[in-house]
Amino acid sequence: MIGLENASVAFGKRTVLDKLNFNVPRGQCMAILGPNGRGKTTALRAMLGFQPLASGSRVAPQVVGYVPQYASASQSYSVREVVVMGRATGLGLFGQPRLGDYAAADSALERVGAERFSGERFDRLSGGERQLVLLARALATGSDVLVLDEPGSALDLANQQRLLVMLDGLRQQRDKAIVFTTHDPNHALAAADTALLMMPDGPALFGPVEEMIAPAPLEALYGVPMRLVEMEAGKGRTRAVLPAFAGRRAA
Amino acid sequence: MTDATLGPAQSRRPFGISATALVFAGMGAFTLLNIVIAICVGRYGVPVGRALEIVAHATLNPGAELSEIDERIVWLVRTPRVLLAALCGAGLAVSGAALQGVFRNPLVSPQVLGISQGAAFGGALAISLGIWGAPLLIMVFLFGLSALAMVGFIARIDGRTEIITVILSGMVVGALFSAFVSLLQYFADPNSSLPAIVYWLMGSFATATWERVGIAAPGMAIGVFLLWSLRFRLNILSLDDAEARSLGARPDLERWIIFVLVALVVGSQVAVSGVVGWIGLVIPHACRLMVGYDHRKLIPASIIAGAGYMVLIDTLARTMTTAEIPLGVLTAIVGAPVFALLLRHHYREKGSK
Repeated sequence: MIGLENASVAFGKRTVLDKLNFNVPRGQCMAILGPNGRGKTTALRAMLGFQPLASGSRVAPQVVGYVPQYASASQSYSVREVVVMGRATGLGLFGQPRLGDYAAADSALERVGAERFSGERFDRLSGGERQLVLLARALATGSDVLVLDEPGSALDLANQQRLLVMLDGLRQQRDKAIVFTTHDPNHALAAADTALLMMPDGPALFGPVEEMIAPAPLEALYGVPMRLVEMEAGKGRTRAVLPAFAGRRAA
Repeated sequence: MTDATLGPAQSRRPFGISATALVFAGMGAFTLLNIVIAICVGRYGVPVGRALEIVAHATLNPGAELSEIDERIVWLVRTPRVLLAALCGAGLAVSGAALQGVFRNPLVSPQVLGISQGAAFGGALAISLGIWGAPLLIMVFLFGLSALAMVGFIARIDGRTEIITVILSGMVVGALFSAFVSLLQYFADPNSSLPAIVYWLMGSFATATWERVGIAAPGMAIGVFLLWSLRFRLNILSLDDAEARSLGARPDLERWIIFVLVALVVGSQVAVSGVVGWIGLVIPHACRLMVGYDHRKLIPASIIAGAGYMVLIDTLARTMTTAEIPLGVLTAIVGAPVFALLLRHHYREKGSK
């Protein structure tokens, strides 16, 4: 559905992507993890077609639903106006959204549970609400592919949870290919089927979340000791990964 | 479509259809009122009924002999003048709104991109060479467009065009063309072409004739119509490039389509009425306060309000004193304080977010 084939990107002499290969089929959700500057964002941009490739190719449908990390809020559009922009892909240069496009925008807003602030101004929403609206815009494109750039990275824990539950709900419907980048391995545990680890040296690792989000590969990825903990949470047992940062040990 | 036919989803529409309709009705009334007043008042006053009768008669019987003095004043002097002012006001306002959208910056205007200065140089050059009429329009448009092309060339670094470099390049190119205009004035014949250049640069509709309406109207109409057709696309282009691209737009290419349309509109306007500033800044701002940021409302609102405002300013310019006040002077005197207030309002609101 969406992926890269032997994609290489170099900025000057620095090779950022070296023959990167992955393909996310419909019904799967993949998380991309990696240290800063290792090419997560470049891989994301390459996947979306914003980043010219030195070699290799991109596999993607015509329209990809994209959720940026931050939204441009220079213009004070209403939430509904923002979401209906997702329909622009099918409208061409001179097209105007029609009733059907508004219906699609409204149902996308309902899907992410954001219909109650449909009439409010986008730039007056909180960060968490904005991300939901951007997700709704991506859904409104009608694309089978959803690409998210560090979803929830700027949100507090409650809003991260809300967004991840939403993402997991979309994953469980199994009708889309979903890819997101993240700094937090727990995001991958919460919402992804597979994970791509962009190792600091050497080729990227790819595998199911259960194998990838484990102490050994993550320690190699970040150079920080990691521990997997199981705990009671909500209705059942759940797992989380914890980094053990060096430094003062308060305990 | 009426409110009754809309489903529950549509009744949630922001700014409610009826409220927007009310604002548009008010703007339309303001513009019409100004047009009617402009046709009636002046050193030779004409009663409203008589003026409308003359306009209706002349429109229905084109080519009919106009023998009465009030007929000649209303139909041959004031009507083309009012039409030209309305067209230019609409064109400048819509150009400003479109540029502010694609630059995501409420402070840009055709002057900022150097289009007006380039166009002014083309016009001044034409006047120095004794060229008037349609060839002058062509020179004005070509120089406006070449100023824009220069901006594009300077701002494109390593195949990328950053918005801030476009604005700065626009200022550079504008300054260069302003210097060229000064040079032309320095060398111009003080008895003939110098006053013509100076007066033309200050901006006026005093020389409006039906012929000039014919010269300016096609470019203006095409440009304004296409910018209006692009109103939803302008929403997309006002987003970050990455977002716009993900929504199917090609921001680099499409921004230039907007620039060329703006050059067409501003070139046509400068050709017939000289440089008129401030309209493209003040009107879109005022319209945003009334109808919101959505270009699907902002663009038509700017067209209507820009036309009415320009007609009002022109009426003031020719009636306030016995001599005509140059338009550029009036638009600045009215526009600068209004704009200062709008600016404070804008940033106060931004700060309160």
